[in-house]
Amino acid sequence: MAEHTQSAKAARPSVLLELFYHMRSCGLAVTPTQWLTLLEGAAKGLHGSSLMGFYGLARAILVKDESELDDFDVAFASFFEGRAPQTKEIEQRVLDWLRRPIPPFDVDAELRRVMDEVDVEALREELARRLAEQGEKHDGGNHWVGTGGTSPFGHSGYHPGGIRVGGQGRLGSAVQVAAARSYRGHRQDITLDVRQLTVALRKLRVLVRSGPQEELDMEETIARTARNGGDLEVAMRPPRQNDIAVILAMDVGGSMEPHRRLVDRLFSAAHGARHFRRFEHVYFHNCIYETVYADPSFERPIPVRKLIGNNDGRTRLIIVGDAYMYPGELTERYGAVHWDDRNEEPGIAWLERLGKHFARTAWLNPLPPWSWRAPSIGIVRKIFEMYPLSAKGVERMAEELAG
Amino acid sequence: MKNQFDQFSGTRTYITSAQLRHAVNVAVALERPLLVKGEPGTGKTLLARAVAEDLGMPLITWHVKSTSKAAEGLYVYDAVQRLHDSRFGDSDVSDIRRYIKLGPLGRALTGDERVVLLIDEIDKADLEFPNDLLHELDAMEFTVAETQDQYRAERRPVVLITSNAEKELPDPFLRRCIFHYIQFPDRELMSHIVRVHHPDIEKKLLNQCLQKFYWLRDLPDLRKRPSTSELIDWIGALVASGVSLKEVEDQIPFLGSLVKRPEDMDVVEGSGRKSARASSRWV
Repeated sequence: MAEHTQSAKAARPSVLLELFYHMRSCGLAVTPTQWLTLLEGAAKGLHGSSLMGFYGLARAILVKDESELDDFDVAFASFFEGRAPQTKEIEQRVLDWLRRPIPPFDVDAELRRVMDEVDVEALREELARRLAEQGEKHDGGNHWVGTGGTSPFGHSGYHPGGIRVGGQGRLGSAVQVAAARSYRGHRQDITLDVRQLTVALRKLRVLVRSGPQEELDMEETIARTARNGGDLEVAMRPPRQNDIAVILAMDVGGSMEPHRRLVDRLFSAAHGARHFRRFEHVYFHNCIYETVYADPSFERPIPVRKLIGNNDGRTRLIIVGDAYMYPGELTERYGAVHWDDRNEEPGIAWLERLGKHFARTAWLNPLPPWSWRAPSIGIVRKIFEMYPLSAKGVERMAEELAG
Repeated sequence: MKNQFDQFSGTRTYITSAQLRHAVNVAVALERPLLVKGEPGTGKTLLARAVAEDLGMPLITWHVKSTSKAAEGLYVYDAVQRLHDSRFGDSDVSDIRRYIKLGPLGRALTGDERVVLLIDEIDKADLEFPNDLLHELDAMEFTVAETQDQYRAERRPVVLITSNAEKELPDPFLRRCIFHYIQFPDRELMSHIVRVHHPDIEKKLLNQCLQKFYWLRDLPDLRKRPSTSELIDWIGALVASGVSLKEVEDQIPFLGSLVKRPEDMDVVEGSGRKSARASSRWV
């Protein structure tokens, strides 16, 4: 393998290395070891001597998670598209290199020039003519329409200026496949489903041994039995459990209406995450004052003092809201936006009280971080660490709250 | 004859995409584990059976549970049994090897022939589980601490690992794997898959079923989208009960075999009603 790499280096110093650094600059954490694996794969001919095959090989080796597939596609496509005028040349250079381990086809300059000159209309006509002449299925060869040959028609073959007839494209289409970005839906920073959120929330755990003793403690059993002179003495211990209790406080109504589905998913995820020791959820509107509610229609009030009294400081408090409001709602007595909420103390006092009682708190904002400019958001961020309500944001929050 | 590389080509009963076949072949050729992820019901577990069948190798399956430990995959030393035996003296306790039971990974590494090893749902176990397997999967060797016996795989097994993304897998582990994400099949592939299971289904009925199925999957508020295996079961029920094409056009018979959560039922009924109302508004 080393030999291959070296000779390839001598011949074409930088194309693949360029691609490697391009991938890294696109934010893909490709490691040298992975890269060497890719070279090993290419040396074994696993790319099937086509750019499409190389795309598949590189993707299988370099991508580690479906959330990276889109980044990979973008990086791969942009590497070739960004060099539009030289794309053909680069493809050719990559393929030249790839061809080294097993040389499956050769296109000399003369043939290439001829092929490039053929215009599409002429090709179509020629295809129609040959299809009319040809009465049977045909594979290989260089004239008839079929598979795997060098005629300009058919599929899985190689012809620089050809028309693909069904089947799967090999050569140039890798860039198109990459550019189609069919994995966009798996990006972590834009889409969020309950499952992704649940996975993100899994990080929120601190394992301790507590509860009834129902797990066999093998080491202790052996030790005790040995001390007992061989008379079996079984030792049990409690299983490891998550020690984290969570309160989820959600802002509903008003400016939060567009984010309703997102917040709903976060709630489902947190509620479904059975690994919390305790999970409680409450609702509020815009800002938290004396009272929060057990239901989103604000019919079952819970005094915040009670919430504080019932939960010790180790409970994790997660507030979800856009923190977007008139600053007076935070700083003024009677500032609450609700007509009948006559708050004797400004909202900020309540937020500070919560921030003080709960040692670990976080504020999840459904708005993207670049838009966190409103004065009210600035005030809230002085009390609570703010994270975007994305899979990454929730994950970061979970790690922070667990620590 | 198959060439050296394209060893896996799918089997008669297991339909794959070209990309998945490529990934399997890359993993086999590079002798690295293949990590397969994808929505539930996309046939991750069946893949291992198909690969084993196609390559003509025996399949060893390790079903990972939330309590699984990496070491159990190699071997378990049944100390309690040995203690019991020593108390009652009814068997030879001096031979410690009698109490070493090889696990699935242990058997895959010590067998005489090359095998396919499926580590199913690796994400169910503890977060550290995959890391604990790193050395064994890399070096394909292990030592039984109790006896100091060393084992080394004569022929590296083909290792397939599935994950439902319940837990995130550690980076060092991921870097060693060949990765493939099974995308949900599109209509064309799906009709192939259905035909494998229900070869006699009428084309029109199949098209109608697929239309209803993908319509369901596209409902934005659905919590659990129906999967391939549910589609196949559903069509099986339709065929067995002799439901007419018209009935499938008008409604969704046996909806319960596709949609299982009560709240999702409401979603389906809600959107069905909406579209019905929209069409009858001007009548």
